[in-house]
Amino acid sequence: MPKLTINGQEVEVPAGATVFQACELAGFEVPHFCFHPRLNIAGNCRMCLVEIEKAPKPVASCAMPAAEGMVVHTNTPTVKKAQKGVLELLLINHPLDCPICDQGGECDLQDLTLLYGPDSSRFAENKRPVADKYLGPLISTHMTRCIHCTRCVRFINEIAGIEELGATGRGEHMEIGTWVEAAITSELSGNIIDLCPVGALNSKPYEYTARTWELRKHEGIDVMDAVGSSIRIDTRGNEVMRILPRLHEDVNEEWIADKTRFAYDGLKRRRLDKPWVKKDGKLQPATWPEAFDAIRAGLDGLKGKQIAGIVGDQVDLEAMVAFKDLMAAFESPHVDCRQDGAKLAQPRASYLFNTTIAGIEQADAILLIGTFPRHEAPLVNARIRKRYRMGGLQVGRIGCPGDLTYPVTDLGAGPPTLAELAAGKHDFGAVLEAAERPMLILGTGALARDDGGRILGLARQVAERYGMVQEAWNGFNVLHRAASRVGGLDLGLVPGKGGKDVASILQAAAKGQVKAVYLLGADEIETEALADAFVIYQGSHGDRGAHVADVILPGAAYTEKPATWVNTEGRPQRSPAAAFPPGDAKEDWKILRALSAALGHTLAYDTLAQVRARIKEVAPHLALMDRIEPAPWAAFGASGAADETPFTAPITDYYRTCPISRASATMAACVEEIVGQAEKATGTHG
Amino acid sequence: MSIAPDVTEFAFDAAHAALAEQALAKFPPERRQSAVLPLLHLAQAQHGGWLPKAALDYVADYLSMPRIRVYEVASFYDMFNTEPTAPCQIRVCTTTPCWLMGSDAIVEACERALGCRVGENSPDGRFYLREFECLGACVNAPMLWIDDDYYEDLTPEKTTALVEALQRGEKPTPGPQDARKVSMPAGGKTTLLEV
Ligand code: SF4
Ligand code: FES
Ligand code: FES
Repeated sequence: MPKLTINGQEVEVPAGATVFQACELAGFEVPHFCFHPRLNIAGNCRMCLVEIEKAPKPVASCAMPAAEGMVVHTNTPTVKKAQKGVLELLLINHPLDCPICDQGGECDLQDLTLLYGPDSSRFAENKRPVADKYLGPLISTHMTRCIHCTRCVRFINEIAGIEELGATGRGEHMEIGTWVEAAITSELSGNIIDLCPVGALNSKPYEYTARTWELRKHEGIDVMDAVGSSIRIDTRGNEVMRILPRLHEDVNEEWIADKTRFAYDGLKRRRLDKPWVKKDGKLQPATWPEAFDAIRAGLDGLKGKQIAGIVGDQVDLEAMVAFKDLMAAFESPHVDCRQDGAKLAQPRASYLFNTTIAGIEQADAILLIGTFPRHEAPLVNARIRKRYRMGGLQVGRIGCPGDLTYPVTDLGAGPPTLAELAAGKHDFGAVLEAAERPMLILGTGALARDDGGRILGLARQVAERYGMVQEAWNGFNVLHRAASRVGGLDLGLVPGKGGKDVASILQAAAKGQVKAVYLLGADEIETEALADAFVIYQGSHGDRGAHVADVILPGAAYTEKPATWVNTEGRPQRSPAAAFPPGDAKEDWKILRALSAALGHTLAYDTLAQVRARIKEVAPHLALMDRIEPAPWAAFGASGAADETPFTAPITDYYRTCPISRASATMAACVEEIVGQAEKATGTHG
Repeated sequence: MSIAPDVTEFAFDAAHAALAEQALAKFPPERRQSAVLPLLHLAQAQHGGWLPKAALDYVADYLSMPRIRVYEVASFYDMFNTEPTAPCQIRVCTTTPCWLMGSDAIVEACERALGCRVGENSPDGRFYLREFECLGACVNAPMLWIDDDYYEDLTPEKTTALVEALQRGEKPTPGPQDARKVSMPAGGKTTLLEV
């Protein structure tokens, strides 16, 4: 633990720390561009110069290891002069176009120039021209503003693990780009917009649409996957202008995936902004009372067993608890939140990501079963890659081939391999055996099959056989894709006694045994089966579910309601509303509450606080935000041999997985330009 | 720098593949990427003096390294041309020692003999003329570099003669173009007289 003196103040820093970190620890700010705590050190911007006694020249502190007895100064005239000089040089080729730059107002270069820079330039020569680069549909570039800090290059190479960005040319001709003018194919690419300390990389969809100081910032939770990333929703008026990450070390660190960041234009398109009722075989706009009347008529005389409810992938806890109570009031046992048909139910340990996302960093061997985390949860994949980069990680995989950005050993294609592992007859068993903290990640695609229960059972056997469940370590993990799923399971939105699951509901509806089906944001099902049933669709978008509906109730999207979500780890998180729902659309629990009254089954809550009290009653652990209630281990899963059918990845189109992303023009452009480019390259197009 | 026009196919022919394997043998098997420079040189030689994207991709795949890393290398070094050039490249050193010894006149002589400016192909499409930074032969300044050979101790007249010989399809003798032997003192030996 070296001790240093910084500006006359003694500070002890951990071994391996840099002078820069020592200065920060001592409470002195050192201006910097290229340094980023999560990226490798580049030391190329020279903004972080400090004076170290006995060193002949100012030293780049970010690249200098702290050593015992160093005497450092961060505020001497020499340092100030050096900072001024560096900024003057960095600005030599900069176009100084802040008034038309999207980064204006949140630009490190602008801020540091104001604080440390010169007031004018002595450079009268021509500036260096640099052509803007094409990086795909998400990132726009203004490369004359680039200061060559290489943060973007390092992020894409190190954290995203897709080596596509680089610095070509040399000296004054160095340029950042892909050199071949191709779209970046990483699902995390948008993060380089945040990392870029200047206005060289901007969000293409957001470009020139707002200035940062006009925006109102709201905290939010993402629902594009089951990671529950912390996001910041920036609005102007009632419009969501952009989505940025918020720091949450245990979940998304400071990154978000591209769908999270860019699908927001889907919030403005294909929205259901008024109730619709089918009259004479055609959906017609209606008022709320008319819609409720139509529902009363549609449900009239039906018994509980003839009514079923399916909950979608992006429904909040508040709506789900109200839905559960409403279905109970109908005396219907046919409720299911597992739209994809995954064979998951209690105990809780059988459906959580028990290790936790941050816990991945402790694992030394990982077995992936029927999952392609890069698409199902890009940030979980990024965590695995982070763990891989620390060294000493072995990853085995059953099914779902493809580049995950870290090396994996493919063990087999389907359940037979899993059974071999469970029986201790597979070579990879030795790796799991030798590991101190082995974990497995089971994809929901592997569970949404007829033999899903048996696969769950096999996975449990593997976990138990290889010591994945220990005193302070639970290496059994289910990786969910739907933001609502764990919450739904926690609230018990599964078929009651004699109840039908999604597949049986659809069958029964096709046969006329179930006569009315209530879809709460459920769009990922085979809706054809519902042609003859009376269908109520409640949700935010005119997607698959709404197309078969007899009555449509317009609901709020995730940015438009105060709501609670439970991520794949079982972590409840709450977000306030950032905007109002469009037109007549309402918060979902309120719709359910109003409908219950219209149907004579009034639910016992009138305020959000009361709904949340009801959630606490059903599942007490869901009242404590951002805290994971550990799930005790118990027996689960069916026994018996599973089929031989290989596991297939449940997501074939990363950019379009939900009503919002399907409505998004940006996501459609990603499919066209990013997926299309890959298909062309491998010749699988058409 | 930009993307080279459409050359979609590239692969080493038998001779170059053998040389590539020879180059690779100099490095440990887990350090294949270290052979990127020799392999790029081979690819450029085979492709007539410049590297289309297909060749860069081929080398990257050959060495199992990310393509962008090869693009970076190829665009970094002046010795690699990523845009089409004439097959015979005449590179005149214009760095300070050569310049002091009259490289301006050498460039001019080349331009006149070839009928093109620095950075251009000659009208007959056979020669590509360019300037280069120090080629490490300052002691024999001024000098130029053609294909794999250095021509040193030039005068404008000798340069003109050299280019004309090339134009006739001859291969002039490389090395100093005056009486001097390699980089020995220009006026004859001053030390080691006995040897
Ligand atoms: S584009 Fe931005 S992040 Fe990338 S090197 Fe330039 S300034 Fe740095
Ligand atoms: S921050 Fe230290 S050199 Fe850039
Ligand atoms: S300056 Fe011409 S070879 Fe060195």
